[in-house]
Amino acid sequence: MTREFLIAGFGGQGILFVGKLLSYIGLIDGKEVSWLPSYGPAMRGGTCNCSVCISGSPIGSPLVVNPDILIVMNTPSYDKFIGAVKKGGKAFVDSSLVDKRSENPDIECHYIPATNLAHDNEIKGMANIILLGKLIKETGLAGLETVRKAVEKSVSAGKAGLIEANMRAIEIGAAN
Amino acid sequence: MERSLMKGNEALAEAAIRAGCAHYFGYPITPQNEITAYMSKRLPKVGGVFIQAESEIGAINMVYGCAATGTRCMTSSSSPGISLKTEGISYLAGADLPCVIVNVQRGGPGLGSIQPSQADYWQATRALGHGDLRIPVFAPSTVQEMADMTGKAFDLADEYRTPVMILADGLLGQMMEPVSFPEEKAPAARGEKAWAANGHGNARPKNIVNSLYLQPEKLEQNIKERFVRYGEIEKKYADAVSDNADGADIIVAAYGSTARIARSAADMARAAGIKTGTFRPLTLYPFPEKALREACASAKKVLVTEMSMGQMVDDVKLALECKLPVEFFGRTGGFVPAPSEIFEKIKSMTEV
Amino acid sequence: MPKFTRPRALADTETHYCPGCTHGIIHRVIAEVIDEMGAQGETVGICPVGCSVLAYDYFNCDMIEASHGRSPAVATGVKRARPDRLVFTYQGDGDLAAIGIAEIIHAAARGENITAIFVNNTTYGMTGGQMAPTTLPGQVTQTSPYGRNTATDGFPLRICEIMAQIDGVALAERVAVIDPKSVSTAKKAVRKGFEFQKNKQGFSIIEVLSTCPTNWGLTPLKSIERLKNDMLPYYPTGVYREGAAR
Repeated sequence: MTREFLIAGFGGQGILFVGKLLSYIGLIDGKEVSWLPSYGPAMRGGTCNCSVCISGSPIGSPLVVNPDILIVMNTPSYDKFIGAVKKGGKAFVDSSLVDKRSENPDIECHYIPATNLAHDNEIKGMANIILLGKLIKETGLAGLETVRKAVEKSVSAGKAGLIEANMRAIEIGAAN
Repeated sequence: MERSLMKGNEALAEAAIRAGCAHYFGYPITPQNEITAYMSKRLPKVGGVFIQAESEIGAINMVYGCAATGTRCMTSSSSPGISLKTEGISYLAGADLPCVIVNVQRGGPGLGSIQPSQADYWQATRALGHGDLRIPVFAPSTVQEMADMTGKAFDLADEYRTPVMILADGLLGQMMEPVSFPEEKAPAARGEKAWAANGHGNARPKNIVNSLYLQPEKLEQNIKERFVRYGEIEKKYADAVSDNADGADIIVAAYGSTARIARSAADMARAAGIKTGTFRPLTLYPFPEKALREACASAKKVLVTEMSMGQMVDDVKLALECKLPVEFFGRTGGFVPAPSEIFEKIKSMTEV
Repeated sequence: MPKFTRPRALADTETHYCPGCTHGIIHRVIAEVIDEMGAQGETVGICPVGCSVLAYDYFNCDMIEASHGRSPAVATGVKRARPDRLVFTYQGDGDLAAIGIAEIIHAAARGENITAIFVNNTTYGMTGGQMAPTTLPGQVTQTSPYGRNTATDGFPLRICEIMAQIDGVALAERVAVIDPKSVSTAKKAVRKGFEFQKNKQGFSIIEVLSTCPTNWGLTPLKSIERLKNDMLPYYPTGVYREGAAR
């Protein structure tokens, strides 16, 4: 079975980083994974998204069109992708930045004020990880130990101090 | 072997270094910049040479000079940059110099787009420079193959003294997948090649690296000899994989990243009760004609799918000698086809 | 008294150069320097597209034939693979100053330890005498039949003066080969360039003012006169930059 994730928002929100974390979670679990960014001239501030597939068998198309799980961090991405979520799929929405609500009964939507939570807990810039924390709790994707290992792999060597902050963000997400 | 998560571009660069390529010459262009960046970071640390050239033309000619000394070397670029390199590629072929050239394809013609594309198939297999020449072309489909085929490309280049191309695309270059690397090879000893122009040391007759033959007899003889070698490459290196081809009514033929999507589409088709197999060439020149005919033994129709308006479709028709109907589905301009689009096409082919 | 003999670095073969052309002198000057430095076994020469396209047959060292204008890039590849080798390019004015201007400027800017021998005869010789980047104002060529008109054809490039601005350059010197004295100066310049290269002090370029009797439509002697009267005022000989690259 292949689980398809789509993470979307603005460049600079850590969209690709969440994708990388998800990929490492799959890799540590011994699964096949693929990570595919949208790429373009806008390095900061433009819309940005990332496809991640985790599977027990070789992955065909790495491009996620209809995600099982969607994370959205801005309104344009919400408008673009909320209708693409598969029946029975889940969406995780940063409600600090998106004030819309889905009326589709076929998908399960979680609204987390992730950007505000990050601000209040003084872990600015980690709204993405808070959303991931919620995702992990709601999907049972991985245990905390696996997540920690994935964080350790994903955080670059010079920024090891950020590992604990990431784990706190995961916990905050899971608690909301 | 440990699996690490890497972008296709980075895996290719790492594999090249492990294959003993310590000399890289490049010029920035999206979506292959990770190769150039990786080389600039790693090569100085392994005693290698990285040069960001003044242009793609500069880079390919640095490759020409470096290869002429008998040293493993490479360059990489994306579609518009490959067009600039074709002059140098023709000279490399004419002077029988081994090297690896990577094309991480993007949309064209002209500046096109920076999104994935497979619109350089004709260029790669037919027209990588003027003159009577062929360039072996590998077509990876996964990040692991980006690494594995790079090692193979260097070996083929040295064995037959020819430039070799790796034809990837923006999707393969940018995506991350788990990859593992074979043990490191010892870098090829410098200047041990008898034909190299690296200073004769007053110990042998002088060597000339050259593609100019003003006498038609000599040029014809030279080209004919090279085509004998191409013939050997065709026998030895043509390679493909097929899945679920036995008893299939429809064979979907695709290479590179589109082949992955074709496989997803074929899965959907089989789930819908359509006997569908897939065929994927690993080499585009030589095109695996025999393998295609075998894969199509039971097929009633063949579908070719590409990220272009249909270029490999020519080679498929030639290999099948027009004995089967060949249809085409493609997206172009930077669009990656969705499995469902290809599946719809397969379905339409079953309707009479 | 020393006997006049062929330098060892020069092949014992007939060249294809036209009678009266100064390529032969320039070849000989380079070969003498290679001999004197005992460098024949460690030298790799790169020849261009143009009249000297066949120079690979005339030097007794390893030679590489490059595509039009790209010799400095090819030389860069050779030198970076084999930093212990003496690497020179031999280029004409069309090759170096037109199609190959990017390659030469950037090889110089990188301070590549290579030496460019730049033969300036103000015309494309091999193709039949077309206008070159160094063609003088008013000069009649196949493609400037009314004389080079600076209003429409632009102005000649003074390469040594350009090279003198580049920090990677250890030597930029313009010489001529019109009499024994100037030939002797030219040889000294080539030697200097090779020494700078050997000492890894940067890029060197020796511009050699040369004649093209065939395409100029003059006798060899009249060609020398033209070089003196018309070219020297526009392209003064001398050292434009000298000293380790900085």
